Amino acid sequence: MRMEYPSNVKIIRVPCTGKVDALYLLKALESGLDGVYVAGCKEGDCHYLKGNIRARKRVGYVKQILQDIGISPERVAMYNLSAAEGPRFVEIAREFTEKIRSLGPSPIRTGKGREIPRPGETAAGEKKPEGEHQAA
Amino acid sequence: MIIGHRKPLEEILKMLEPFDKIILAGCKGCVAVCNAGGEKEVGILASAIRLARKKDGKDIEVKEITLERQCDPEYIDQLQNVAGDHQAVLSIACGVGVQYLAERYKSTPALPGLNTDFMGGSREQGVWVERCQGCGNCVLHLTGGICPITRCSKSLLNGPCGGSSKGKCEINPDVECGWQLIIDRLKSLGLLEALYEQIMPYKDWLTSRDGGPRTITREDMRE
Repeated sequence: MRMEYPSNVKIIRVPCTGKVDALYLLKALESGLDGVYVAGCKEGDCHYLKGNIRARKRVGYVKQILQDIGISPERVAMYNLSAAEGPRFVEIAREFTEKIRSLGPSPIRTGKGREIPRPGETAAGEKKPEGEHQAA
Repeated sequence: MIIGHRKPLEEILKMLEPFDKIILAGCKGCVAVCNAGGEKEVGILASAIRLARKKDGKDIEVKEITLERQCDPEYIDQLQNVAGDHQAVLSIACGVGVQYLAERYKSTPALPGLNTDFMGGSREQGVWVERCQGCGNCVLHLTGGICPITRCSKSLLNGPCGGSSKGKCEINPDVECGWQLIIDRLKSLGLLEALYEQIMPYKDWLTSRDGGPRTITREDMRE
């Protein structure tokens, strides 16, 4: 197909996304990467039955950790596509690159502190009024 | 086994604020089995701590060690060459491990990374349930192998109470009534009349926590 995807996307091959541990994703971020996504087979199509389902849960777990420490959980993502979907692969690579570009460099490299507000605070760092919080 | 779960990251990070060189100590015992404090969890938590601190521009050095057990002095001793070089030890063992570290290393603060919950087992992958409260005087032979102290929300010895409805406990419709379970089990064992009809006398709680911290001594094993 000779399709081009952004050159900033580095591919790490694993036998199945079920091999992707939460620690791999964290280590990738720790090494200074701005974002990392897992591209697995479509749900229900896993050759190892539940590998991609496990991967999705681990991605969710890492997202929660990032949320808790004040890093945007959007820096990790899970996508599902089949091996025959070249154009979709390129589309995802572009989409994720754009998303990360809009988030800017990782705070791990800049040391600029939280990039998302604490729970119960607005983006400006002010506490939400109690009533509003309870109404939600 | 002893079941625990990780403290909220925010609480852990607050504890670590004054430090920039710590040991993160895991345990290969119970908490490794319940996926809270083993080698893998040490790796994930260490990574999360480093990420959180780097993000704030305040890097932290985290030495990752997982001991065979943290409830035996001989394994706690394995930190003796490194404890002095670090400002604190964050332990993700149960509360026993944290206290053993604190007792052994007088000048190094020992911090808890887990909340220790209960003695129990796994019901399915990712779900753990309480089964024993360590009352020190087991009655399982009288109750069909189901613990009234643990499974009954009120720890009644002669149940059920009026809060039992359709086999569920009044505290929560998802909680089974311990005494309903006991009765059903005794029925299936054909022991209902022999055991359930007997009123159990009040329990001497001195063998439990009411008697203060407990010690078991085996003279035949002492050095």
